[in-house]
Amino acid sequence: MDLSTTYMGMRLKNPIVPSASPLSEKISTIRQMEDAGAAAVVLYSLFEEQIEQEAAYISHYMEYGAESYAEALSYFPKPSEFRLGPEEYLEHIRKAKEAVDIPIIASLNGVSDGGWIDYSTLIQQAGADGLEINLYFLPTSPDVTCGQVEHVYLDVLANVKRHVSIPVAMKLSPYFSAFPHTAYLLDRAGADALVLFNRFYQPDLDIEELTVGPHLVLSNSNEMRLPLRWIAILYGRVGCSLAHTTGIHTPEDVLKAVMAGADVAQVCSALLKNGIGHITSLLDGITRWMEEHEYESIDEMKGSLSQRNVAEPTAFERANYMKTLHSYR
Amino acid sequence: MSERPIVTIDGNEAAAYVAHKTNEVIAIYPITPSSPMGEWADQWSAEGKTNLWGTVPLVVEMQSEGGAAGAVHGALQTGSLTTTFTASQGLLLMIPNMYKIAGELTSTVFHVAARSLAAQALSIFGDHSDVMATRSTGWALLCSSSVQEVMDFALIAQASTLQARVPFLHFFDGFRTSHEVAKIEQLTDDDMRAMLPYELILAHRARALSPDRPFIRGTAQNPDVYFQGRETVNPFYAATPGIVQKTMDKFAGLVGRQYHLFDYVGAPDAERVIVIMGSGAETVHHTVNYLTARGEKVGMVKVRLFRPWSVEHFMAALPPTVKAIAAMDRCKEPGAAGEPLYLDCVTAVMEGGRPDIRIIGGRYGLSSKEFTPGMVKAIFEELAKPQPKNHFTVGINDDVSHTSLAYDKGFNLEMPGTVRALFYGLGADGTVGANKNSIKIIGEETPFYAQGYFVYDSKKSGATTVSHLRFGPAPIQQPYLIDRANFIAVHQTVFLERYDVLAKAEPGAVFLLNCPWGPDEVWDHLPRTYQRHILEKKLKFYVIDAYDVAKKTGMGGRINTIMQTCFFAISGVLPRDEAINEIKKAVEKTYGKRGMHVVQQNWDAIDLTLEHLYEVKVPDQITSTFDLPPVVPPEAPEFVQKVTAEIIAGRGDELPVSAIPVDGTWPSGTAQWEKRNIALEIPVWDPDVCIQCGKCAMVCPHAAIRVKVYPPEALAGAPATFKSTPWKGKEFPGWMYTVQVAPEDCTGCTACVQICPAKNRREPRLKAINMAPQPPLRATERENYAFFLDIPEVDRSQVNVRQVKTAQLLQPLFEYSGACAGCGETPYIKLLTQLFGDRTIIANATGCSSIYGGNLPTTPYTFNKEGRGPAWSNSLFEDNAEFGLGMRLTLDKQIEFARELLTAHADLVGRDLAEAILHADQSDEAGIIAQRARVAELKKRLDSLNGAESLRQLRNLADVFVKKSIWIVGGDGWAYDIGYGGLDHVLASGRNVNILVLDTEVYSNTGGQMSKATPRGAVAKFAAGGKPAPKKDLAMMAMSYGNVYVARVAMGANDQQTLRAFLEAESYDGPSLIIAYSHCIAHGIDMAYGNEQQRRAVDSGYWILMRYDPRLAAEGKNPLQLDSKAPKIPLKDYVYNETRYTMLVKAKPEDAAHLLAQAQEDVKSRWHLYEQLASLDYSGR
Repeated sequence: MDLSTTYMGMRLKNPIVPSASPLSEKISTIRQMEDAGAAAVVLYSLFEEQIEQEAAYISHYMEYGAESYAEALSYFPKPSEFRLGPEEYLEHIRKAKEAVDIPIIASLNGVSDGGWIDYSTLIQQAGADGLEINLYFLPTSPDVTCGQVEHVYLDVLANVKRHVSIPVAMKLSPYFSAFPHTAYLLDRAGADALVLFNRFYQPDLDIEELTVGPHLVLSNSNEMRLPLRWIAILYGRVGCSLAHTTGIHTPEDVLKAVMAGADVAQVCSALLKNGIGHITSLLDGITRWMEEHEYESIDEMKGSLSQRNVAEPTAFERANYMKTLHSYR
Repeated sequence: MSERPIVTIDGNEAAAYVAHKTNEVIAIYPITPSSPMGEWADQWSAEGKTNLWGTVPLVVEMQSEGGAAGAVHGALQTGSLTTTFTASQGLLLMIPNMYKIAGELTSTVFHVAARSLAAQALSIFGDHSDVMATRSTGWALLCSSSVQEVMDFALIAQASTLQARVPFLHFFDGFRTSHEVAKIEQLTDDDMRAMLPYELILAHRARALSPDRPFIRGTAQNPDVYFQGRETVNPFYAATPGIVQKTMDKFAGLVGRQYHLFDYVGAPDAERVIVIMGSGAETVHHTVNYLTARGEKVGMVKVRLFRPWSVEHFMAALPPTVKAIAAMDRCKEPGAAGEPLYLDCVTAVMEGGRPDIRIIGGRYGLSSKEFTPGMVKAIFEELAKPQPKNHFTVGINDDVSHTSLAYDKGFNLEMPGTVRALFYGLGADGTVGANKNSIKIIGEETPFYAQGYFVYDSKKSGATTVSHLRFGPAPIQQPYLIDRANFIAVHQTVFLERYDVLAKAEPGAVFLLNCPWGPDEVWDHLPRTYQRHILEKKLKFYVIDAYDVAKKTGMGGRINTIMQTCFFAISGVLPRDEAINEIKKAVEKTYGKRGMHVVQQNWDAIDLTLEHLYEVKVPDQITSTFDLPPVVPPEAPEFVQKVTAEIIAGRGDELPVSAIPVDGTWPSGTAQWEKRNIALEIPVWDPDVCIQCGKCAMVCPHAAIRVKVYPPEALAGAPATFKSTPWKGKEFPGWMYTVQVAPEDCTGCTACVQICPAKNRREPRLKAINMAPQPPLRATERENYAFFLDIPEVDRSQVNVRQVKTAQLLQPLFEYSGACAGCGETPYIKLLTQLFGDRTIIANATGCSSIYGGNLPTTPYTFNKEGRGPAWSNSLFEDNAEFGLGMRLTLDKQIEFARELLTAHADLVGRDLAEAILHADQSDEAGIIAQRARVAELKKRLDSLNGAESLRQLRNLADVFVKKSIWIVGGDGWAYDIGYGGLDHVLASGRNVNILVLDTEVYSNTGGQMSKATPRGAVAKFAAGGKPAPKKDLAMMAMSYGNVYVARVAMGANDQQTLRAFLEAESYDGPSLIIAYSHCIAHGIDMAYGNEQQRRAVDSGYWILMRYDPRLAAEGKNPLQLDSKAPKIPLKDYVYNETRYTMLVKAKPEDAAHLLAQAQEDVKSRWHLYEQLASLDYSGR
């Protein structure tokens, strides 16, 4: 049984890749992921803005009140070593690389042009096998056009690609008005993979406290169908790899993703719910299913249910909605 | 020998540098101004820096200086090269061990930043009182006069002690030398090795205790041999001066700087000589050079080795022509025949065979009082008189004992070609830090000499800093403030209305003002006094809007780099481009560790500064319609007008002796006259949204937001903008309610806004209190506040003190303190004064609370309309519990005596009245008010009885029948560490005292050193790697007595529980202990969210709210009540909001994770323990 697949130009032993999440903050957990069978790991994201805010916060509060009152000219010892930049993350990459044999894909969320370039270069130097661009960008201004939004993605990708040689994946939001065109442009600009989709935390309102706040809910299998559709549509239309992320919980979910055309299925909520050992269960389930259905390899089924290979391509298009309603009735 | 680096450092760093290189064990305890020496040593050891012999010195923080001295003694006895650093009261606490160490002929050096002793008042500033108190201990006393000498003498002392076996106290003037930044040559390891022969170190070790060659030391001796034993050491003392001189000679051969035990400077045929030691010697030296150049036959002797005093060397230093000597002492020994140096000079001259020399003694410079060339000149002039004044003072106007010399205040020896710059900044704006940076740049990157000295005020919020910087081609020998500046920068416009800073500008000087006004509009914003100075002195005037530049470059409110750039751009001290380049390099060095982003922001700010710096085209006449306002309003009391106002205005030096109270007694209620206007924004009340909970007033650290209820008719004559709304409570039906802000006293901390639970439903971002810019509100709100204060206070007997909302109606008798904006301590003290202030005596441990409580010019403790209020005193740091107990003992004794007298005279004064007084129930306000009325009646009756002495005694003691409350207040440094022994004893005494521990978990007042209250994992000074041990559970220890009321409170988490605890503690007739979580600037938090952090501390289970009331046990109930619930958030959600924890994450992430895990486990196990204790069944007892 050949579960191997190719993602971002890397040959992976299977299509299961834990996605960027706090689970990869500990080296021991990354080791567990490898032991459980993960084919690669996407590390948690390095947020340029967070690094800068932390640096500003710490330097502000370490000095706050200093040189103001004769008895207390400072309030903190001056540490000789301070890691307020990306050093901690880079060190984590190095340690992860030492700890496991599977590829380590770093994840970066930048803010400034300089940040994207500097941090991606440093990530490459630290030994990452690939880089996932986690462009969390929610346009809220009415003055920003869809074209400008697309350009942000394209510019970042072009910038990063100019400075690193490791493969670069783009993690995307589903909110593009002409998604295949955007995907096409990114593919043409050199993306080594597209990761569908970034699952944004949606804020919730507290009507007692009259506040708004983040509300984290783990995904379920139903949520996989949004990326599933677009992977099925993109498969064969772009040359780069495709990763399915969001809603992968069961072996069947992985198989669906692959059949839609994904090269890998990224998992997170399922691991948070069930533990790292769930990777083994997924792999066992996939293998069993493939045995039962006499598939010999992942490559054999990849894209088999993509829009261009299914009997009813229009099922992926808008009419689908009508039919669903009919059948429901 | 390797080349010696040139460094710009202060005296403390210079001493610590040598001490750290030449010792193995360092036991320390923080005390101003010596604390930085210990901090440097700790930091270097934490960084793995080794001493001369390749090992990292062990630095240990002790619980007191007494403890440090004991540890030093022990380490010395077992053979370590050991040192400590201290000052003032700390040195006094070391004296017992110093006698031992000297008696045992033990080699060691203590480095002391000499400081005043607490007498009529505490003072953190410099003089020789502390050192002089040790002169009978048998220690050699070696004095440095400048930063360079501090480094040199630290080594000379170390080398000498090893040879002489006499311990050395190496001292230098606190602040003036310990904190002066100067350009000096740094000694190298080779220098130090050459000075410290290894065999002497081995000999030191060979004298140590060892079970391998046992002996005993520290015996008890009887009349038969003790005396002889004391005399055995004489040869060592006799040899010491010679050893020190030889060491100085060796040092000179090595380094090139020649010192003598007594260094003479001046005319070889001098007739008049000043003898002096410490930084003042530099001033005399400089003045002598000036006078001798003009042919005057004057000279001076710098005393280096004060003990052992060598008559021979002293006499040899004097020119044979000397006719008169003035011996200058920087201390005061009341009642003595003279101060120590004077007496030694008299003895030396007599024993030295020159009785013809006339000697006068003078006192100068106490508590860092300025000592200037004008004063030196006056001393020489006095010496020339046929009958010079003896035991004189100089630098003050003594109009009481007429000791003072008049001097020419205009005489100065500022050198041409020297840049003399004054910078007026606020503590928060980074002015001092930037200036220290500038000194480093100029000192280390140019051939110029540089000197920086910084003057801070005593406020912790809105503090003024004045930086005095000198740069020039010649060495700077001027350890006094700049009086004539050629560059003056005012970094905040608020100073324009506070100080006449341009009075110190010399003609043609540069004046730089940071202000929001452009070059074309600034002129009319200047007071007339400023305009006059600018025109008369033809000042060059520049403006910059530094806050605008800071905002544009993402620097927030930090203007330090911007103003520094301006200085370099217009002062001409360096070529502009070179200067800018150097500032940028300095920025990278300073902020590099904090990330390139911070560096880049500063660089951007530097570049943008030059585009926004404008020279003002000065008009040719004074046009302003306003001038500097009066310091205090005309309605202030006479004392405040005449004395306090002068201190506030920065003219305290001009006050004569007669203006100062003789015994340290000062009036309370004075903070109200010091309107500081430091808030940029103040809270504005929205009555429509307000739910009248009183929380805003409860948490306000400065009593600058208050609530009142009053009958509607009290509104008659209210200003048009005065706000009012019907009171919603059940009490006082039909009354009105107002929340009023004191606009000129508010610090703008926003604690009230953050705690306000009421939200505007239409716009939830708004609350019942919202911040708004102060300037446009100042005038109207000042009027409103005055009206508010005039509304009669509520009848205390009618107030339900058990509810926060009503308890807050009580008048605070602690107001407008200079504590940090958002201080976590002061709300507790304020609450104390609201509840019991009119009948409270407070014993206050030294620390933050004694500084904001009692540092001149003003005190926040005040009194009510009846003239009653807290009586407050500070004894020491270490004895506060005992001090408070003493107050209790007086009260107990006086009550007992008064009861005896009243019982005896009951028939005379009226039995009914006597019985009522003797059996009065004073458990509530009504009872106390009724008792006050009875006592008033008693006094009236006693006044009418022309009776025996015992009746007069009763009249005199009658007030004690009204219940008094003793509060012992202090921080955790006192309660957990230095004062713990006394605290424990007082708890065990069973006496009715109330102890309030303001627990900031760190020594806040001295700058964040670890205490035993510091939690596990928090970074503090002396715990740079995060404190490895958990916090001491003081509550648990106190509970173990069984008869102590104990409460742990956190106002921000549960104000109602805090209120309850204060009431219960006060009502308990026995010792009570309240441990109050006090968020602090030393936690590295946004103080606006201090109360939110308190809530998180409680929610995480870290800070368990509890009350232990022994009265409950007597009722068969469990005395321990838990007032908070089981932990509901992880500890990290609390601690990682604070820099004291997060900085460890950034410095040592693995250690941080490990300590966090342990600390989380602490939380769990502590909760488990408390929960079990609280569930014990007491019913069967």
